Amino acid sequence: MDKAADIPLIGKARVKSVHPKKFGMWLFIVSVLMLFAALTSAYMVKKAEGDWLIFEFPKLFMITSVIIVISSITMQLAYWNAKKNNLLGLRINLALTSVLAIAFVIGQWYSWEELVAQDVYWVGNVAGSFIYLFTGLHGLHLIGGIIFLSVVLVNAFKYKVHSKSMTQIEMCTTYWHFLGGLWLYLYLFLILNN
Amino acid sequence: MSVADIKVDEHLAHDDHGHEHHEQSFIQKYIFTEDHKTIGKQFLLLGIFWAIIGGGLSIIFRLQLGFPDMSLEWLRPILGGWITDAGKLDSEFYLALVTMHGTIMVFFVLTAGLSGTFSNFLIPLQIGARDMASGFMNMLSFWFFFLASAIMFVSLFLETGPAGGGWTIYPPLSALPQAIQGSGTGMTLWLVSMVFFIASQLLGGINYITTVINLRTEGMSFSRLPLTIWAFFITAVLGLLSFPVLFAAALLLVFDRSFGTSFYLSEIYINGEALPNVGGSPILFQHLFWFLGHPEVYIVILPALGITSEIISTNSRKPIFGYRAMIGSILAIAFLSFIVWAHHMFVTGMNPFLGSIFMFLTLIIAVPSAVKAFNYITTLWKGNIVFTPAMLFSIGLVSFFISGGLTGLFLGNSAVDITLHDTYFVVAHFHLVMGSAAFFGLLAGVYHWFPKMFGRMMDEKLGYIHFWFTFIGVYLVFFPLHYIGIAGFPRRYYSFTSFDAFSSFTDLNAFVSVAAILTFSAQFIFLFNFFYSMFKGRKAPLNPWKSNTLEWTTPRIVGHGNWPGAIPAVYRWPYDYSKPGAAEDFIPQHIPYSHTPESNLSHEADLAKGENVAPAPADENK
Repeated sequence: MDKAADIPLIGKARVKSVHPKKFGMWLFIVSVLMLFAALTSAYMVKKAEGDWLIFEFPKLFMITSVIIVISSITMQLAYWNAKKNNLLGLRINLALTSVLAIAFVIGQWYSWEELVAQDVYWVGNVAGSFIYLFTGLHGLHLIGGIIFLSVVLVNAFKYKVHSKSMTQIEMCTTYWHFLGGLWLYLYLFLILNN
Repeated sequence: MSVADIKVDEHLAHDDHGHEHHEQSFIQKYIFTEDHKTIGKQFLLLGIFWAIIGGGLSIIFRLQLGFPDMSLEWLRPILGGWITDAGKLDSEFYLALVTMHGTIMVFFVLTAGLSGTFSNFLIPLQIGARDMASGFMNMLSFWFFFLASAIMFVSLFLETGPAGGGWTIYPPLSALPQAIQGSGTGMTLWLVSMVFFIASQLLGGINYITTVINLRTEGMSFSRLPLTIWAFFITAVLGLLSFPVLFAAALLLVFDRSFGTSFYLSEIYINGEALPNVGGSPILFQHLFWFLGHPEVYIVILPALGITSEIISTNSRKPIFGYRAMIGSILAIAFLSFIVWAHHMFVTGMNPFLGSIFMFLTLIIAVPSAVKAFNYITTLWKGNIVFTPAMLFSIGLVSFFISGGLTGLFLGNSAVDITLHDTYFVVAHFHLVMGSAAFFGLLAGVYHWFPKMFGRMMDEKLGYIHFWFTFIGVYLVFFPLHYIGIAGFPRRYYSFTSFDAFSSFTDLNAFVSVAAILTFSAQFIFLFNFFYSMFKGRKAPLNPWKSNTLEWTTPRIVGHGNWPGAIPAVYRWPYDYSKPGAAEDFIPQHIPYSHTPESNLSHEADLAKGENVAPAPADENK
């Protein structure tokens, strides 16, 4: 897929450009990335100062990580199916992605319960607060992603997503991969810094 | 290539729109508008509103500093309970005044009022686009700013007063409502307002970047972009990278204030009572805040520098000196701005070795800054200078940028900073180099593009009077503050007369206050000029400053879609002023080389052969 499009204007060759909305999505991702970069560096600065509670991360994080990776795969399959105009495959894969996404959110919720069982609370040692903060903020962005996903899903059932109309699902796929990557980054970051 | 197909349809459809006449309702046209020009004007008007309030607040606290014995009873109708029974300004309200003055000026006037106005107004006009990439997001950007403004405005009228912890809202002061009244509801509203403000900036910034990259007209390569656009573009990138970090800092502060976490708070006793918070770090907040805070000062100054480049070149009737060096210095400043934040924190007990690294990086900023100053002066050198009010304000900016920038060399030095930190020297430094300089950029921009905004000219004589009062006034205000700062006067103190050590300089403080009142009053000349000219000004010619950029090829009253016909294509850079051999002293960007054989350089003559354009009509009006 050639992302750059040569758009004729007034009948002449024009400046090479990408789709403005897709480009805007990338810029949005940059700003979310900066938010988490700030928070993870805050984590490191704070940890270096000591008074740091060591505790075990919820085992569920392993499972939710697998879930979100699978959801990324189904999302990509949905995208490929849309490109091939395979509407059945598109719908099944989109629906699967949505189910996996909701499973991920529920999994994160239960991992919070695991934390509580270890006496790690939102209010208390900063080490605990940071875990809740990372998972919570990532969860909020993911819920935004689920809303986007359901819009695409509805459109898929209205025959509005197909090889001639890919912008929406392409943006959704980009964002979804980003959310998956972001979670893996956060999890890896936490493991490496504990 | 499916995406491209869709895109083309959208574009061609939009192109046709230019010819049709849209019937828009009043609300669509002036209030919830998606037209970048109207949004720019909305930002300008709200920015002016905030500038009056922010300036007015500073006059109130200057009265306290300059005339500590004066009875302020006459302000009671406005300030009510904030005037004590003895007729004095309440000392906590003084802190709130300083805080709100800083917040309003930095964020609402010089960020939203400057970038918001000129990025919105000029980007599509100067790059040859019908509108921004997303008109809807652009509209949201303004209305988020409006919401942020409304919340901040309401906080001014709270019984406990607006936020009072300084515009940098350092915890623990800002996190503990028990500490001062200003850390109560006022601080909460401050944070809520800033969240909407950040959303507004991100929506705006994403739009500016997307528009500049994607919607340039034919021939408008990056090496032909006017320097204004380069500055707005890089400013938007800075905002996109730094505002999320401020959001992170504010978010953690919200959690500490309202949800009992301890990100910033640790082992604090207040009123003899121990707080439950353990293990937080207030320094962490400073790191996060200044990671935004330092790029923020460049978000404020870069658009002003871009505007100045354009105005100085146009009115010197000379090409800008060192176009590529100007771009390079913008990029260098933008890059460096992210790795110098800790120079705000030299006295927080950081490792002196780390301090020396940040000092080194900080002082490097002097290099690209000096490149810019040098290029402005060499552009002026031997030019046929036209002293329009916009030109005067631009030259004023260069003056402030130099005189304020020089003191930056002192402050950037981690050893010297130990003495000067948090004194009036710092206040004098940033008010000159960033505050006044950016404000002059804003005024220069308004004077220069007023004819394009409203189709009428501003009065020049009033502009000159406004300039001289403001220019001299600013120096009279801020120059003495350097001395007061070197003498060791700390900033943000309510009163100096209570301590023997600080009881000198009362006459100088009174002088500064008088100068501040004069400078502030002079702004009403501008306000009158602005609103009077909007309705009664002389009708503007199409290209009043004989400028090269594309916005001057539009009709006097620019309609929806900017150009009634096709968008002009671009064939040359925007600074062909006084080109040897040319009939006139300027050649606009949309004139092909093949129409100007008399002035082409050899490589341009080659380019002219490749141009596939109609021959110049005999009566063409350049």
